[in-house]
Amino acid sequence: MPAISDAVWSAQGTTPDAIEAALRELLKERHAENGGYVPARVLNMVAFVDREWSGEIANRLRGVGRYHASRTIVLSYDPKRERVDAHASLAAAGDPEAGQLALLRETVVVEIGERHLDDLITIVDPLVVSDMPTLLWSPHGHPQEVDALLGLAQAVLLDSIDEPESRAAIEHAEALTHSAYVVDLAWLRSMPWRERIAGTFDPPTMRPELDKLSALTVRHHPDSTVAGMLLVGWLASRLGWHGSPLLAHEGALEGRAHAHRQDVAIRLEPDPTQEVRGLQGFTLRTASGLQLSLDRAPGGLRAQRTEPDGEQHEWTILGASRGEAGVLGEGIRQALLRDPTYAPALRAAKAMLP
Amino acid sequence: MATVQQPNLEGENPLVEGLERLPVAPTTLVIFGATGDLAQRKLLPALYNLAHEGGLPERFHLIGVSRREKAHAEYAEECEQAIRRFSRRAVDEDVLKRLLEDVKYVPGEFDEESVYGTLEQTLDGFEEQAGGPLNRAFYLSTAPSFFPIIVEALGAQGLNAREGAEVRVVIEKPFGTSLEEARELNRRVLSVFEESQVFRIDHYLGKETVQNMMAFRFANGMFEPLWNRNYIDSVQITAAEDIGIGTRAGYYDNAGALRDLIQNHMLQLLCHVAMEPPVSFTAEEVRNEKVKVLHAIHAPEGDEVGRMSVRGQYGPGHVAGEDVPGYLAEDGVREESTTETYAAMRLEVDNWRWAGVPFYLRAGKRLARKITEIAVTLKPVPHLAFSQAGSLGVRPNQLILTLQPNEGVTLQLGAKIPGTRMMIRPVNMEFLYGTSFLSQSPEAYERLIMDAMRGDPTLFTRDDEVEAQWCICDPILQTWEALPGPLAQYESGSQGPDEANDILRDGHSWRAI
Repeated sequence: MPAISDAVWSAQGTTPDAIEAALRELLKERHAENGGYVPARVLNMVAFVDREWSGEIANRLRGVGRYHASRTIVLSYDPKRERVDAHASLAAAGDPEAGQLALLRETVVVEIGERHLDDLITIVDPLVVSDMPTLLWSPHGHPQEVDALLGLAQAVLLDSIDEPESRAAIEHAEALTHSAYVVDLAWLRSMPWRERIAGTFDPPTMRPELDKLSALTVRHHPDSTVAGMLLVGWLASRLGWHGSPLLAHEGALEGRAHAHRQDVAIRLEPDPTQEVRGLQGFTLRTASGLQLSLDRAPGGLRAQRTEPDGEQHEWTILGASRGEAGVLGEGIRQALLRDPTYAPALRAAKAMLP
Repeated sequence: MATVQQPNLEGENPLVEGLERLPVAPTTLVIFGATGDLAQRKLLPALYNLAHEGGLPERFHLIGVSRREKAHAEYAEECEQAIRRFSRRAVDEDVLKRLLEDVKYVPGEFDEESVYGTLEQTLDGFEEQAGGPLNRAFYLSTAPSFFPIIVEALGAQGLNAREGAEVRVVIEKPFGTSLEEARELNRRVLSVFEESQVFRIDHYLGKETVQNMMAFRFANGMFEPLWNRNYIDSVQITAAEDIGIGTRAGYYDNAGALRDLIQNHMLQLLCHVAMEPPVSFTAEEVRNEKVKVLHAIHAPEGDEVGRMSVRGQYGPGHVAGEDVPGYLAEDGVREESTTETYAAMRLEVDNWRWAGVPFYLRAGKRLARKITEIAVTLKPVPHLAFSQAGSLGVRPNQLILTLQPNEGVTLQLGAKIPGTRMMIRPVNMEFLYGTSFLSQSPEAYERLIMDAMRGDPTLFTRDDEVEAQWCICDPILQTWEALPGPLAQYESGSQGPDEANDILRDGHSWRAI
């Protein structure tokens, strides 16, 4: 967030009580200074980060703009640290204009060490705003600390493609869905693709083609196999396909899923030319001879459709890239929503893991 | 191997579950009045923002129709300038380029047959590219006198229907300037299109704030038991602006506050306050309930008009520390114009829930500040055990729904003043929407264009609804026009004319603006 109006506080060897009191005092001061300053009360976000990367995480969070959580608690971890230090700030995007409001977002960075991990929850719990949902994010792993804090959180943010191994990524995400609502950035990156597939088959005249899908090829960044697996898992779970494990073949993953009319040939192929993480494109074919491809292109997605008689049409589906900051912001926003299709897609993807 | 439930592919699209944005069928949008102010300021920026978010249909084409002669490229250039100037977000060059690369322009008078022939060829050209029929949406953003002309010309050209696709017509406000005109316009429009194809715009309905009122009333059980004549004393609906008429004299001097705001927007707000919970949130159920409210309102007649309504015109005064001219000194206003810049009325909804509860409506320009709010005043408590001496005293609770500038809900409660004595004064419990949501509300036109392309008429006015609105306002306008003056005057920057107090009853008073 471009904080051009903020108030700060810091203390060494402090306690959650003192931090909370400081936040209240900062808020009181700001409100007294101008009644237009009001605290945002939407979402707590707890981020557990390695200290050496905390600057990078702070930069990523600043980039999410209006999707910034109302209170962000960054647990900056340095194993050797003995003392709890904290910095708190109240930031608004600007001073309130006459008759208008300026929303204040609170950020607390708490410096902790290994000796604090056993009682981590006693540090974090007093700092989250009651009656507001809490999103937990641990971008550098730390599964034990995530487990320790899960009781506080209604949602967990992760990015499946950060895991080097697809199996570990999907199994970890799937396990988490049993404890909290999972917001997976890899899943959110596939949203425009899912919207377009849904749109293609939305006209009643196209709906029967869903039953005739016979082949699906997904093209993805070499490090984003999971993104491809999630897209396949989504189609499988929505369309009732029974997936079998995919097999590695000449650098790609191949296999079949059983739909209730015919088998669907599935292929996931890495595209080494792709610069950004996530999907590059896909091609769907139906038994009636229809073929639809979508690929990244300037200004949106380039669509190519081949009719059963061979006639071809090409056009651009408009949409701006959200960028990684936009995807993270969307992830924070999604913590307040519930997408019932992610967990079934994960389970279907798990069944097709090589 | 995973076991997955078999979906029913014959019915709903199984792929839309979990998606926030529902698919919209491929569409060609035709804007009549394509070079006008509304198109430049609102429609084109709304289309760009939809494109930016990936909200437009997967195949989308735009055709502008207007009187001035110009080439396709020149029109695309104008669209680009309008979008750069008025878009609510920074432009993505690739998206803008792709959106405008295939824009077409059809020049000509709206009553010229050849215009519609050219339009049909252009529409067919897009469909040829697509390899099949595309939905068509005709957006009438012209002077109202052209609405019936364009609609009939579309019908004559056979453009009111398309095999294998949906055809819709979106009609801007004002929908008539009287009951008779509205009925005639409905008759002519419905002689060409089915009601299900017609989308009458009231852009207030596209505002998140108005839609929030439905959520406020029907998603919160605590208000419903109080929401009736037994507990509610009165309702005040205010739409105040601190600005004058600006450059809109040509329109405003022929319309006035009642036609401009009360007949459409404010009666919609009244309907949202007074309607019964619909059985479901389908377009027909919601609009049925609103029409029932409008039918239950007794329209003032004859002498009642003077007792139940008041009009006024702003004179010179001061706004935000600046001297401002009176209405008659504004550019473009007719000399001795009797157009009202302020209108207020007292209405009653004669049904089981609301009988006897006055609904006060007021709208005006050059008032003390800009605010749109609905204030629901509850009846006082039946017995007061506290002394009122030495304090502001116990006042009836008020629930205030603020639509702008800061959307929110305020509940006025009585609270004890700290100290040794039991003294009470009103305090506010406030909720501000802006503090509790991360998302930015879309512009009303973005929502309305999408809904029209998707064929969802919930946020549009139905034929009987618009006529019922006019049934309430027409007798007042007729009486005012028969008695042209003088109008009550009020100083710019004030609370409005003193005469507005004359329509209040039972000791009520207007809330301070």
